[in-house]
Amino acid sequence: MTELIEHVEAAIQRPNFIAFVILFLWGFYIMVTHPNMVKKLVGMYLVQTSVIFLLVTVSAKDHPATVPILRDVDIESGQIDPTEYANPLPHVLTLTAIVVQVATLGVSLALVTAIYRRFGSLDENEVLKKIE
Amino acid sequence: MIFSFEIPLLILLLLTAAGAIIVKDLISAVLILGSYSFVLALVWAWLGAVDVAFVEAVVGAGLATVFFLLTLFNASPKDTEIRRQPVPFIAFLGLPMLGLLLLFAAEDLPEFSDPKSPASVHVSPEYLEQSYQKTDTENVVTSVLMDYRGFDTLIETAVIFTAGIACALLLRRDSK
Repeated sequence: MTELIEHVEAAIQRPNFIAFVILFLWGFYIMVTHPNMVKKLVGMYLVQTSVIFLLVTVSAKDHPATVPILRDVDIESGQIDPTEYANPLPHVLTLTAIVVQVATLGVSLALVTAIYRRFGSLDENEVLKKIE
Repeated sequence: MIFSFEIPLLILLLLTAAGAIIVKDLISAVLILGSYSFVLALVWAWLGAVDVAFVEAVVGAGLATVFFLLTLFNASPKDTEIRRQPVPFIAFLGLPMLGLLLLFAAEDLPEFSDPKSPASVHVSPEYLEQSYQKTDTENVVTSVLMDYRGFDTLIETAVIFTAGIACALLLRRDSK
């Protein structure tokens, strides 16, 4: 029982992780089960942004820490304390990931438009019926 | 306390995501998704990731919403209405269990905003300490993106180019 309480406390101390789990699973559920193709892409967008959200959460540091842009005082003295700035590496990786996310979104929406022009429906089941 | 300002933002984030999923009209869902992106950008700015927040506000909230709306304006109004679906039993059972398993693993993650977490000790202090001497740029994110990881950014440009070509080929009018 005490172990269970420890697990619950560990989860509550990480609210960003709870938000990530909810967004990821909900988006994933919509992506897999919903028959409407645009709605599927809304789910895909939620999944992608939730993963990026978790990565950015990792980069945050305690509160005197600020954005990773060096201050003039630190540059002049040449003494830079890494604990005073947020971790820049996850930011760079997520910048790439966001752009790739929008590229995949654009291509999949173009595919949806092409399917709509040919079959006249955004619903997966109706498209499958018309193929048969 | 870092959480005092963040909890309302997270609740707002979950509410906008729920709105985008639950609402019945696709155009409203897409517009709510845009507001979700803006709230997300706000959370990221609060966590100290200003560059990521800018990109999310411009590319995520702006460009992605425009892509969605362009697709939906091609469709007739009766197709953008969606009917409610019954929840499949296996999803009703399986997804909460998966969520509980993920939350069970929360203990093994590093503490939130811990400067000694594994992600913040290996190479990133070096970037912060030496990037100004080596690249003469005050913004560390820019120097890592354009100097240390320039090839990464170059190939990313190739990915966007490929996506552009794919869109142009898919949307050709006279494709037979």
